[in-house]
Amino acid sequence: MLKLSNVSKVYKVGAFGEKELHAVNDVTFDIKDGEVTSLIGESGSGKSTIGKMILHLIPRTKGGIFLDETDVSELKGAALKEYYRRVQGVFQDPFSSYNPIFKADRIFNMIHDEFYPEVSSQEWDDRIYDALKAVGLNPEHVLNKFPHQLSGGQLQRFLIARALLLDIKLLVADEIISMLDASTRIDVLNLLADLKSRHSLSILFITHDLSLANYISERAVILYRGCIAEMGVTEKIFTNPMHPYTKMLMASVPRLDQRWEKADTVVEQTLNPMGTTAGCIYYERCPLADKICAQAKPKFVEPEPDHFVACHRVAEKIS
Amino acid sequence: MGLQVENLTVYYQTLKGNVQALENASFNVADGEIMGLAGESGCGKTTLGHSLVYLNQPMKFIGGRVLLNDQDMPIADMEAMNDFRLKQISIIPQYAMNALNPTRKIGKMTAELLESKKVSFKIIKAELERRLDLVKLPREVLNMYPIELSGGMKQRMVMVLSTLLNPALLIADEITSALDVASQKAVAEMLVEFRDQQCCNSAIVITHDISILYQIADSILIMYAGQLAERASTDAIIHSPRHPYTKMLISSLPKVGVRYEEKKLSGIPGKPPLLLNPPRGCRFKERCPLAFEKCDQVPPFEEIAPGHFVACWKESAKNAQA
Repeated sequence: MLKLSNVSKVYKVGAFGEKELHAVNDVTFDIKDGEVTSLIGESGSGKSTIGKMILHLIPRTKGGIFLDETDVSELKGAALKEYYRRVQGVFQDPFSSYNPIFKADRIFNMIHDEFYPEVSSQEWDDRIYDALKAVGLNPEHVLNKFPHQLSGGQLQRFLIARALLLDIKLLVADEIISMLDASTRIDVLNLLADLKSRHSLSILFITHDLSLANYISERAVILYRGCIAEMGVTEKIFTNPMHPYTKMLMASVPRLDQRWEKADTVVEQTLNPMGTTAGCIYYERCPLADKICAQAKPKFVEPEPDHFVACHRVAEKIS
Repeated sequence: MGLQVENLTVYYQTLKGNVQALENASFNVADGEIMGLAGESGCGKTTLGHSLVYLNQPMKFIGGRVLLNDQDMPIADMEAMNDFRLKQISIIPQYAMNALNPTRKIGKMTAELLESKKVSFKIIKAELERRLDLVKLPREVLNMYPIELSGGMKQRMVMVLSTLLNPALLIADEITSALDVASQKAVAEMLVEFRDQQCCNSAIVITHDISILYQIADSILIMYAGQLAERASTDAIIHSPRHPYTKMLISSLPKVGVRYEEKKLSGIPGKPPLLLNPPRGCRFKERCPLAFEKCDQVPPFEEIAPGHFVACWKESAKNAQA
């Protein structure tokens, strides 16, 4: 339903804006109807930038983001408002998403005033009750409270309920559980998966935590410094990682069922910070790097159905 | 030898009364042991770590004893502790990597720090360089400003700084939590390396991420709402936990390979009690599926198997029968 084609985001940096920082570089993928797509990457990989571009919070530099054939980045005014009826975001820090002076349920009334002025207050209250129940909250306990009186998990559910009031089709969930405690985060994750199947919602799940991504998503996109390294069906990526970067990530994730192998960990070097190179972006850290990797950008190959890898060495192996 | 903590109780003084953040904690850390300290936010794990080094306002020492290598630690006396800090016991506080002085070059800052402890920078320079090699930092970092280093590099620099005088005990508070997985692994492995190289004798690693502890810790102490819940070897905590809280906590963690469609995990319903006026007895009883009348009394932190301590009436009853 949502398609990103060759999207790039370039920031002008330096005292006079003379340098270019490629935060997102030529990214193409799509989010299918009723599926959870995980966007996985380390800090600085551009994963949040992609989320913000989809939400029209920052303009894209190149490429197009299409929702059912309309280019999102061109939307303005009434059309943009219509877009927000269908696409909404929830962000990392639930505490800073609220104005602490007002009661937390003000966010629902703002939706009412802006998007549904024709609905009577009575009916709107009923809708709020339904939405809160759908996210597993007891409306009696949580309405009419200030943000500091609610826990992080409750506030995060409030924001999801707010998105549900709009009858959305796509939810951009940017690191929504990284601030929550272990005992509550799994409930919020289950809620997302549950909403997906009940409301046939598509979710873009942005995270740095591989085990969470594997738990919830059908598809995964692995991002490294603004470029897609590997993407496809989650199961295939996790059971059979092919890109050296994905392999390194999988080996570094702390697991509960298996200890780290005693291999030399690659310590990060000072990297070319601007993210511009003629060759493969992972070249500086890659253990398999070869001459061709410095010269040409790798193209996507499909070693097995629904599993794409951007790596020269994988391409050599299968051809 | 090692660290012995006996009945340590620390409260926070507030206008509304005492917040009972750490209640009657007793445990040992053996020589050369890396102990993980885990729990949810607000369970008192950071309070425990800080109270061993820098017990400042609004923290209030209520009672208990701390012995380090059979020597009494005057933890309630801020002045007297100065002789122990950095030399005997050292801490890497949370976000320490963002607290490096931005106006000083790292080498200069290190020299000033050592001066305050009356240690000559020149004498220790060779050792400092050896330690930098150990954490794979180029020696040029001493002539750089903190802003020129990445997060993982800063964290490794902080580790070198805090262990430079070979403390007997290192307390590492959330040193991996703000890092990417790759640097996380590097930092965690270097901590083990430091212990192996005798840069610090034993360590307490405070974190909310139990899977990191499984990789590096010898034993794990689980805390809940200011009370100790369970302490055992790492394998025992992960594979055969006895306290109901530990059991529920471990089972709520998504493992790599577990998927929603195949196996739905569940969290722990409810939320931790407020510590201003905590419930009497076991503080987990409101969320515990096994709670019964006796849980209104505080369960003892009892050794039910060699090296395996649990604070739960159900487990202590089972133990009494056996």
